[in-house]
Amino acid sequence: MTDQPTPLERLIQGVLPENPVFRQLLGLCPTLAVTAGLKPALTMGGAVAFVLLSANIIVSLIRNLLKPHLRIVVFTLTIATFVTIADRFLAAYLYTMSKTLGPYIPLIIVNCIIICRCEVCASRQSVFTAAADAVGQAAGFTLALAGIAFVRELLGTGMILEFKVLPSFWPSWVVMILPPGAFLTFGLLMGLINWFVAYRSRNRKPGGNT
Amino acid sequence: MVISDSRSKRRRLPQAWLVLVLAVGLGSALAAVHVTLSPVIAANRLNETLARIPALLEPNPDPAGGGRASSALKIEPRDVQVKKKDKTSFYKVYQVAREDHFLGWVVKAAGQGYADKIELLVGLDPGIKTITGLFILDQKETPGLGNKIITAAWRDQFAGKNAGQPLRLAKGDPGKHNTIDAISGATISSRSVTRIVNQVTRDLRGPLGTERGKPES
Repeated sequence: MTDQPTPLERLIQGVLPENPVFRQLLGLCPTLAVTAGLKPALTMGGAVAFVLLSANIIVSLIRNLLKPHLRIVVFTLTIATFVTIADRFLAAYLYTMSKTLGPYIPLIIVNCIIICRCEVCASRQSVFTAAADAVGQAAGFTLALAGIAFVRELLGTGMILEFKVLPSFWPSWVVMILPPGAFLTFGLLMGLINWFVAYRSRNRKPGGNT
Repeated sequence: MVISDSRSKRRRLPQAWLVLVLAVGLGSALAAVHVTLSPVIAANRLNETLARIPALLEPNPDPAGGGRASSALKIEPRDVQVKKKDKTSFYKVYQVAREDHFLGWVVKAAGQGYADKIELLVGLDPGIKTITGLFILDQKETPGLGNKIITAAWRDQFAGKNAGQPLRLAKGDPGKHNTIDAISGATISSRSVTRIVNQVTRDLRGPLGTERGKPES
């Protein structure tokens, strides 16, 4: 417990080295389900960012009052509240998007990323670190979703954010916006990122012997 | 942070003070959000309902008369109570007319689905003899299986069915006069929707069908 990561480390870790989707394999249900288009993916990313940030801040504020055996109850209570707020907010101001995302917004309650960050970071570190951690992890999650959605929407419909970008002779690969496309894109992107991480660490070892 | 067994048992409730305080605090926050946002959400839902009504009564609008936009429709909402042996059912019914021509009824109804309540709109002709359309307003059925009830391909089976007799669910045997093809892997969701529609036609055939059922001269 003495050697906790600093806020900056937490922030950076969330984006790539500990990316919630590609490195920790958490929150895969929304990752596969709402990435048929970039718009729902970004909305989901935004909703998760709001919930993660709010839950991390609250949990960090009360971390010294937490009883070990009651902590999960407190986490769930906090997370469920902010998810409900996010859900109602979308229903009020982004009604069609709220209908597109359907049950996946309420399902953020059981998204492991958030309870994992409460447990790993927010219940042990200061508010500032917990907030930085939330921003980093949320950015990593949103980038991962946006990456998958970008590939799927582009190849599946020839559009990006519902604007036609590929020439009209592009034969839209419908499979990409269907569930198999989610698995294909996710697997290939994860392979690519793992290869990139391995490649970088291989290149570092011989030269940079610090 | 280790609490001995005997002490923890005696102080179970005081230990939970944080949970109780948080529950009250967060609960009030949710109540405030609900009070603020529910009128906006209700307005969104009403707009959606009103936007769906034309397609439910006129599935294939006359292309020549495309200029007669839905603004020409006169939609009168009203509440209908149906008293049965043991309970009373309430329906929100929209009476739809274009100028002086009575087009039919759109009924909002709800019932239990597989995961949660399913809310839908049923379009009916003036005499409650034929179902003219179906639209699912709200559902939380299993994504990929049960939520296929929202697809137009499945919903369109209901249009044109006889409202005078209950619809039945069939597996892999569509096309019969009063059967609805069940979605494979989602029999319960399919059955729920069919049951809600049947209930609407059974309950409202009497009160609405007789009222305006006579052919208009």
